[in-house]
Amino acid sequence: MSALLEVSDLSVHHGQLEAVRSVDLTVTAGEIVAMIGANGAGKSTLLRTIAGLHTPSRGTIHFDGRDVTGLPVHARVAAGIALVPEGRHMFGSLSVEDNLIAGAYSRRRGPWTVDKVVELFPWIGERRRQQAWQLSGGEQQAVAIGRALMSNPRLLLLDELSLGLSPIALGRIYAVLPELVSAGLGVLLVEQDVAQALSVAARVHCLLEGRQRLSGRPSELSMSEIEAAYFGTGRAAASVGEAQ
Amino acid sequence: MTILNDIIQGILLGGLFALFACGLSLMFGVMDVINLAHGDVAVAGVYLAVVLIPASHIPALWIFVLVVPAFMIGGYLVQRYLLQPSLDSGAITTLLVTFGLSIVLENVLLEVFTANSYSLNVGSLVSSSWQVSSQISVPYLDLVILGVAIVVLVALQLFLVRTRTGRLVRAVADDREAAELVGANYRHLFAVAAALAFGTVAFAGLALGAYTQVSPTAGPTYLLYGFEAVVIGGLGSLWGTLAGGLVLGVATTLGSQVDPNLGSMLPHLVFLFVLAVRPRGFFPKRAVT
Ligand SMILES: Nc1ncnc2c1ncn2[C@@H]1O[C@H](COP(=O)(O)OP(=O)(O)O)[C@@H](O)[C@H]1O
Ligand SMILES: [Mg+2]
Repeated sequence: MSALLEVSDLSVHHGQLEAVRSVDLTVTAGEIVAMIGANGAGKSTLLRTIAGLHTPSRGTIHFDGRDVTGLPVHARVAAGIALVPEGRHMFGSLSVEDNLIAGAYSRRRGPWTVDKVVELFPWIGERRRQQAWQLSGGEQQAVAIGRALMSNPRLLLLDELSLGLSPIALGRIYAVLPELVSAGLGVLLVEQDVAQALSVAARVHCLLEGRQRLSGRPSELSMSEIEAAYFGTGRAAASVGEAQ
Repeated sequence: MTILNDIIQGILLGGLFALFACGLSLMFGVMDVINLAHGDVAVAGVYLAVVLIPASHIPALWIFVLVVPAFMIGGYLVQRYLLQPSLDSGAITTLLVTFGLSIVLENVLLEVFTANSYSLNVGSLVSSSWQVSSQISVPYLDLVILGVAIVVLVALQLFLVRTRTGRLVRAVADDREAAELVGANYRHLFAVAAALAFGTVAFAGLALGAYTQVSPTAGPTYLLYGFEAVVIGGLGSLWGTLAGGLVLGVATTLGSQVDPNLGSMLPHLVFLFVLAVRPRGFFPKRAVT
C-alpha cells in the first residue's frame, strides 16, 4: 500500500533562515508518526508547510499519490489534510459550538459531528454556547482538535498536542488516538513529551536545526541515541531542556 | 416636548448614519481595510439610480432591487481584484488604493454628471408626515429610512450569525490562518465582506438621495460621519456602529435646534469628546489572543 503522505527532500526558508532542510517523511493510513526535537528545530514549520501555510523552497509533498506542493491551504483541507496548529488558534468571538461547526466548512463527508466531538470531550456539552475566548488553554486545545476532526480528515497533523492540556484531557486524547487510527486515519504528531511520543508512535523522527538526525521505530532506538539527536551532542545535558 | 421631537428626529437620522457606517465597520473588522472610498461609493449609488430609474421605468422607491445587487457584485470584484493584491503588499498600500478609488469615482461622476446635485424623487413620501401629537410629527420618509436601516442591519446580523458563509466571515476576522485551516478561501470571504459593505452603503446612498441633494464630491463628508459612528461605537463592532450612528444623529438634530451651524458641528465635537474619554469606543471588539 502506498503512503498517504509522502514528503521528499523538503526544504523551507524563513527569509535567510533554512528552518527545514531536506526532510524525507512518509505517513501511511492507520499509522501514527511522531516528530520530536528541541524548540526551534523546525517541527512547526514542517507541519505548517504540509498544511500549505508555508511554501517550500525545494522538494515535494504528495498526498494520496497526488502532488499537492502547489495547492493552497483550503484545497488541502478539501483533500483531507487537517492541522491542529500550535497555539490553538480559536475563533475567539465564536461560540464553542460555532467553532466546531466552522470546522466542517469544507463539507467533507465522514463520521464527525458536533455530538461526536462532545462524546470525545463531554464537558463541551454544557459549554457549547460559551465564547471560545472564555475557555482555558487546555480546553481550547480540545476544541481545536474537535474542530480539525470535524473536517473528517484522512491525515491529522497535531502540533504540540499536549501543550496546556490537563492530564485527564490528554489521557482521553491518547486513549482515542488508536481508535481513530485503526479507522484509517494517518497522524503526524509533534510532541514535547518524548516518552509519550515514543509510546504511541509506530515511527519517530528527530529534527535538529531543521535536519532529520534520527528516524526509526521506537523499539529500535536507544534512549542515548535519541538524546544525542535531540540535543545535538554526544551526551545529553539535563540543563538543556526545553524552555517551555 | 420639542426636545423629544428633536430626539426622535435624531434617532431617525442616526439609523441612516448607522446604515452608512456598518460597511465601513465590517471591512475594517474583517480584513483591516479602511475604505476611504466608502462615501463615494454611496454617492455613486445615487447616480447609478439617477441613470437607471428612467431607463428601467422602476420607481425610485424600488430602484434598490437593481442598484444594491450591482454594488454587491462590484464590491466583491473590487476586493478580489483591486484591494486583495494591495493587501498582500501592506496596509499602507491598501489605504492608498482606496484613496485612489475615491478620487477616480469622484472624477468620473464629475465628468459624466458635471457638478450638479441630484436627488431621488420618491413621491408623496417626502411631503407627508405622521402627526403623533401636537408637538411631535414624524416625516414618513424618515420612518421608512429608519425601517430600511433596521431591516438591513438585522438581515446582515442574521447572515453573519446563522449562515455557513457568514459564520466563516466572522471566523476569518478572528483568525485568518485558522479559517484557512478549516478549508476556507480567505480571499473569497474578504470579498463577501466587501460585497456586504458595498451593498449596505448603496442602500444608505439611496436613502440619502431620497432625503437630500447629493453632489459628486459629497462622499468624503459622509465618510467622516461614517468614521465617527464607527469609532464612537468601537472599531469592528456592528451594534456599536448602530449606537454611534444614533449618537451622531441626535447630536445633529439637537445642535441644529440651538443654531443651524451647531447642527453640523456638534456631532464632530461629540466625536472628539468620545475619542478623548473612550479612545477605543463604547463597544470595542475584544482583542483575541
Ligand atoms: N514565521 C516565521 N518567520 C520567521 N522565522 C520563523 C517563523 N516561524 C519559525 N521561524 C524560525 O524557524 C525556526 C524553526 O521554528 P519552528 O518551526 O517553529 O520550530 P519548532 O516548532 O520545532 O519549535 C526557528 O528558528 C524560528 O525562529
Ligand atoms: Mg513549534
